[in-house]
Amino acid sequence: MDSFLNTKRPPVFCPGCSHERITKAVDTALVKLNLEADKTVLVSDIGCSGLFDTFFNTHALHGLHGRALTYAAGIKLANPELNVIVTMGDGGLGIGGAHVLAACRKNLDLTLIILNNFNFGMTGGQYSVTTPSDAVVGSEFLNQAEIPIDICEIAKSGGATWISRCSGHDSSLPDILCEAIKHKGFSIVETLGLCTGRYTKRNQLTPKVIDEMIERLPTYGGIVEKNQRPEYGEQYRNLANQQKSLPELLKVDKIFDLKDMKRQEIVILGSAGMRIVTAGDMVCYAAISAGFNASMKNDYNITVLRGQSVSELILSPEKIGYAGIESPTVVIALSDEGVQRRIKLFSKLEPSTFLLKEKSVSIPETSATVVEIDFKEYQIKKQDWALASLGFIAGKNQGITMEMLDFALKSRFKPAVYESAIEIVKKLATITM
Amino acid sequence: MALSFMEGNEAVARGAIAAGCSFFAGYPITPASTIFSNMLTMLPPNGGICIQGEDEIASMGYCIGASMAGRKVLTATSGPGISLYSEQISFAIGSEIPMVIVDVQRLGPSTGSATRGADGDIQFLRWSNTGGLPVVVLAPKDALDCYALTAHAFNFAEELRCPVFIASNKEIGMTRESVDLDSVELPPIVERKYSEIGKDEINHKYLPFEADKDSVPDFLPIGCKTLVRQTSSTHGADGYITIDPNVIGESQERLINKILNAEERLTLYEENHRQGADTLVISYGVTSRAVEDACKTLSKNGKAVSTLTLKTLFPVPQKLIREKSEQYQHIVVIEMNMGQYVENITRLLPEKKIVFYGQMNGVLITPAKIMEVIQNG
Ligand code: SF4
Repeated sequence: MDSFLNTKRPPVFCPGCSHERITKAVDTALVKLNLEADKTVLVSDIGCSGLFDTFFNTHALHGLHGRALTYAAGIKLANPELNVIVTMGDGGLGIGGAHVLAACRKNLDLTLIILNNFNFGMTGGQYSVTTPSDAVVGSEFLNQAEIPIDICEIAKSGGATWISRCSGHDSSLPDILCEAIKHKGFSIVETLGLCTGRYTKRNQLTPKVIDEMIERLPTYGGIVEKNQRPEYGEQYRNLANQQKSLPELLKVDKIFDLKDMKRQEIVILGSAGMRIVTAGDMVCYAAISAGFNASMKNDYNITVLRGQSVSELILSPEKIGYAGIESPTVVIALSDEGVQRRIKLFSKLEPSTFLLKEKSVSIPETSATVVEIDFKEYQIKKQDWALASLGFIAGKNQGITMEMLDFALKSRFKPAVYESAIEIVKKLATITM
Repeated sequence: MALSFMEGNEAVARGAIAAGCSFFAGYPITPASTIFSNMLTMLPPNGGICIQGEDEIASMGYCIGASMAGRKVLTATSGPGISLYSEQISFAIGSEIPMVIVDVQRLGPSTGSATRGADGDIQFLRWSNTGGLPVVVLAPKDALDCYALTAHAFNFAEELRCPVFIASNKEIGMTRESVDLDSVELPPIVERKYSEIGKDEINHKYLPFEADKDSVPDFLPIGCKTLVRQTSSTHGADGYITIDPNVIGESQERLINKILNAEERLTLYEENHRQGADTLVISYGVTSRAVEDACKTLSKNGKAVSTLTLKTLFPVPQKLIREKSEQYQHIVVIEMNMGQYVENITRLLPEKKIVFYGQMNGVLITPAKIMEVIQNG
């Protein structure tokens, strides 16, 4: 192909705008590289640089301000065969900064062409993240109170593997773009250019001044040695291939027949670190093995290692509707924090409620039938209290039986873990009060 | 009947896999994170892609890119995240990019309460796109629904080329339940309709947004032999910017009608008609479970009350609501918010007295409360 330019849609930039030269440079690069149009995608965002996708006969996606890199990444991950080239102005660079950083860190094989012309051309020449403090722009004095960023420096510390900075008027721009596109990994080309429509009207900026600016700034000529590493897509696919397939979904048949299948509502009140959720899980699997439906709601702090941990379980021969606890049949109180979390519950309990409480835990007045156990006396570690209490209630056939519990532990734990769990469970299973 | 034990979020992930989803991008947020973690265990070993975006906006961007490259994509978030999604939601709706978006709702507004449930985003989902175009919103009531509705959502998204929302809730997403997934009859899986023109060879006649009146344009992926254009800007059939009022007007109408005309196809619901009932309770989501419990108890006590559980909230199943309400004197609407959907019902049934109860205080509405509302209604 001798040109990728869409003759039906010639560039429409202001006379003298550097974007036009860069458009041609991109075309020259695509031709030089002999890319296939159907394997090439131009992704753009908002602003004058966002017109780029319309000038080329390639695949194109034009999206929201600053988000071009996110679409580009989605396309490239979904179809690694494609050459994905992104254009973005200094406006998109600012609003989409998080995406630029993410692209640098990831090193996905994309090429980002930044069209830095030091201001928001399309919306009225307002200042951007690259506007010099002494420039005269459409945001009155605001740029004077800030300093511009150097995206090449940021990209380097962000992990970009290929960075180049050059003038939009540089005759070697097509070659630079070729190198950038050929680079396997994330490449950034920062072009510095003129916005004749806005910026140069009030600021002395010429191609010569741009050359001098580039002289003064740190030089970036492509490969960033210290950041070299494998391309993200390949890395991802390598790692993904090593992941183990998900084990088959555990399905439990009804294997135990309970004479008298009554709805049970069980509340376990404990603290973080007491493995309350695991205990709740065991009760539910135990119940399922006897043909019950089960539901479990957990309540724990977002700081998972501190605070209460409460598990509310419903076991029912019928389908479970409302999954809140209304009249608990069993309450297991293992910590003050847990009790405090459900303090209102206690006054409503009936004598038919079986309440197991650890000796050190204080509970408010209640009509429930309370059984107190000193777990320390049985040399049970705090993190095992919940599991041990399951042994106790199963031993009393409160809600679940020992054989149901044993089944649950066996199906959920690996053999070695099962052995130690069943030891703990047995500690309280046979005691009589 | 063998049962598994899983939370609604895991069921969503399983439903997505069953529907052929091969791409997920999301950002961690309670109570939606476990959809991400489940997808992360399910997709990579099978050649799928699962990405943690640098933020919610990026996650949506990844999904848009991947969908345009031909993947079936899923993302999941909660209130603060869906707020950030909105600019990309507008893009996906206006530019007809299929995807499934799960909102595991938590108590809002704003950061609200990460671990408290609510159905507070219903109107947000409906109106989160600038332009106010109609959307498809499905509401599961339990883990089984999470599984089935996710499969439906993918079908609707592919068929109508639009994002489809699943309005889940912390109380479903993070509640573990016994489920028999094998008991669910999933709908036959719908694949995206590719254009016959230009699919296998270059054909310049292919226009990415050309469609018959009120229908859906045929798709070609970016990367196909024929060049494809996608744009968030107001576009004509060729995918280039247009300012032609006729073209714009027709396209807006098409975007509206392709969804609204599909009302019946999109209508999913459950009903429990009880003999002799003069009251119908309409609800959706997790609340409908308490409603059913309440009505069961009332019926046992001699007061028959029927229920209608909406699984499709938008487009509003108008025909269904009108038909099912016809024979009832009293209509009761219960919502886990302060009244976001009820107006869609009052609007349809101007001749009926409608009793509403809404609650949004971080806890489930109890069957007892619902019985009280029905009896005092
Ligand atoms: S406003 Fe500036 S950037 Fe935009 S086309 Fe004109 S000169 Fe170029």
